[in-house]
Amino acid sequence: MKLIDHSKVVKNMAPRLLWNQVFKVIFFIATLFGLFVLGILLYRIFTQGSGYLSLDFLQNLPSRKPERAGIKTALIGTVWLVGVVAPVSLLIGVGTALYLEEYAKKSRFTDFIQVNISNLAGVPSIVFGLLGLTLFVRAFALGTSVLAAGLTMSLLVLPVIIVASQEAIRAVPNELREASFGMGATKWQTIIRVVLPAAIPGILTGGILALSRAIGETAPLVVLGLPLFIAFLPKTVFDTFTVLPMQIYNWTSRPQEEFHALAAAGIIILLVMLIIMNSIAVLIRNKFQKRY
Amino acid sequence: MKSLNKLALSAMMGGVLLFAAACGSEEAGKTSDAAEVNKQLSGEVKIDGSSTVYPIMEAVAEEYQMVQPDVKVSVGLSGTGGGFKAFIAGETDMSNASRPIKDEEKAQLGEKGIEFTEIKLAFDGLSVLVNKENTWVDHLTIDELKKLWIEDGKARKWSDIREGWPEEEIKFYSPGTDSGTFDYFNEVILDDQPIVQSATLSEDDNILVQGISGEKNGIGYMGYAYYLENKNKLKIVPIDGGNGPVEPTNDTIESGEYAPLSRPLFTYVKNESVKNEEVYDYVKFLIENAADLSEEVGYVRLPQEEYDKDLAVLEGLK
Repeated sequence: MKLIDHSKVVKNMAPRLLWNQVFKVIFFIATLFGLFVLGILLYRIFTQGSGYLSLDFLQNLPSRKPERAGIKTALIGTVWLVGVVAPVSLLIGVGTALYLEEYAKKSRFTDFIQVNISNLAGVPSIVFGLLGLTLFVRAFALGTSVLAAGLTMSLLVLPVIIVASQEAIRAVPNELREASFGMGATKWQTIIRVVLPAAIPGILTGGILALSRAIGETAPLVVLGLPLFIAFLPKTVFDTFTVLPMQIYNWTSRPQEEFHALAAAGIIILLVMLIIMNSIAVLIRNKFQKRY
Repeated sequence: MKSLNKLALSAMMGGVLLFAAACGSEEAGKTSDAAEVNKQLSGEVKIDGSSTVYPIMEAVAEEYQMVQPDVKVSVGLSGTGGGFKAFIAGETDMSNASRPIKDEEKAQLGEKGIEFTEIKLAFDGLSVLVNKENTWVDHLTIDELKKLWIEDGKARKWSDIREGWPEEEIKFYSPGTDSGTFDYFNEVILDDQPIVQSATLSEDDNILVQGISGEKNGIGYMGYAYYLENKNKLKIVPIDGGNGPVEPTNDTIESGEYAPLSRPLFTYVKNESVKNEEVYDYVKFLIENAADLSEEVGYVRLPQEEYDKDLAVLEGLK
């Protein structure tokens, strides 16, 4: 008896190859769909907004006259926001991840924390806005300051940073830790000299992606009551400020066509910022990544 | 020859100077009161509230910044309700509103001991709009508007509203329930009864414009400024409030003839803040320039007496 019935194999060959081809095409279309939508979005934004892009646009204050309107305060405000969110969320986020991965023993309690962190990542951003309003703006009396908004946004992105950091720390091989302990190092020495350096690319990649989310969010900041028209720049974290997405949102809701074009120009600037930040994330990952 | 050249040159320079002076005086005329104060103030003016009023405040703040660059003016747009919450919490000096303050908000302000003054800034006319191809609607009465917009469980066709209109189903477009525009329409037409269920609600007025202009049987309403910007895409419906059909125009809205669908836009000022020189100066600047600037951003000016009255009230607060 032959193990392989050749005629059967030949008979099945055509349909199998056909199915292979069918799925290849389906998945290709799925890929194209996303690219297609992105392409249309970019095309629309660039044709609408590129005419308004200029140095003046970056340097002018908001204005009722589209040709005079600019995004200086919003752009600088966004940079200030990142300046608060980045250190706060990274310190707390990485700290939490280190505790959960390196120190805490697996127990009901840590499981409970773990589940809640994952849940928090799915909470709508506007809820964080309400939390920030009652806690930071009202209870701590920080007002609509850079600090209040920065802390609110930090809370928003913390779950993402914690989860990403945990993954990165978990990916550090245990042999490295054991080798370190074997040399007589304490837990803290092991963490700071062995675990963290090995985990840093993953942590930073997750962190920068989380920051990109923070600079694109509008809803929580509207809830906080951030102003939109301000003609001055913040000098300390206690000053009030405004951010890019709010300006874009306001311009799209104006009746005049010119403001829609301005909004498109603002979106281009925001996209450029996001692309720069994401490129940094990719660069860091490629440069520091070591494989064990 | 030389002297002739000199003469020509000096004549030219004189002309340029005269021209510059003329331009200068025109500029000065606009902001004469600011020049009269001429004192550089500093400090903070915090404003929040309605996004409908925001364009007016943005324009005023922008102009004010050129006169008093050291006064830190910030204008937010949390919405009328959100603005009042911050106002009650004592966080803002002024609160913009696209509706008069509610009794409960007044009571809360009273509890906190915050006294305030209402200042009318401009009128906004709610415009009722239909598709360009809609040839049958020549005007609507208030009763017909109620019949159109209040939900009664039945699907409605144009023929249900008035005899002789086509037997085609009507498509409704309305601003979202969070907007002051909806609040106002609710107050005047809906009377707190539910809006027709098939209505498309959107916070983005551009979507309403697209909907009505793309649907032959569409009807909707929005702020007058939005209609002005989209005049060529939509057909405006004159409204009969009891004295014959009136179309919203700058004149009919200002005179109050376009009733009851024209609404005043307000800002509420904390009396205590007016004691600060920079807030007083800003409010004064606001009242003096509100007419021109609100017209520039698409609203309708009030009669001059209203502004004069407000100025007198402001002087009393100082």
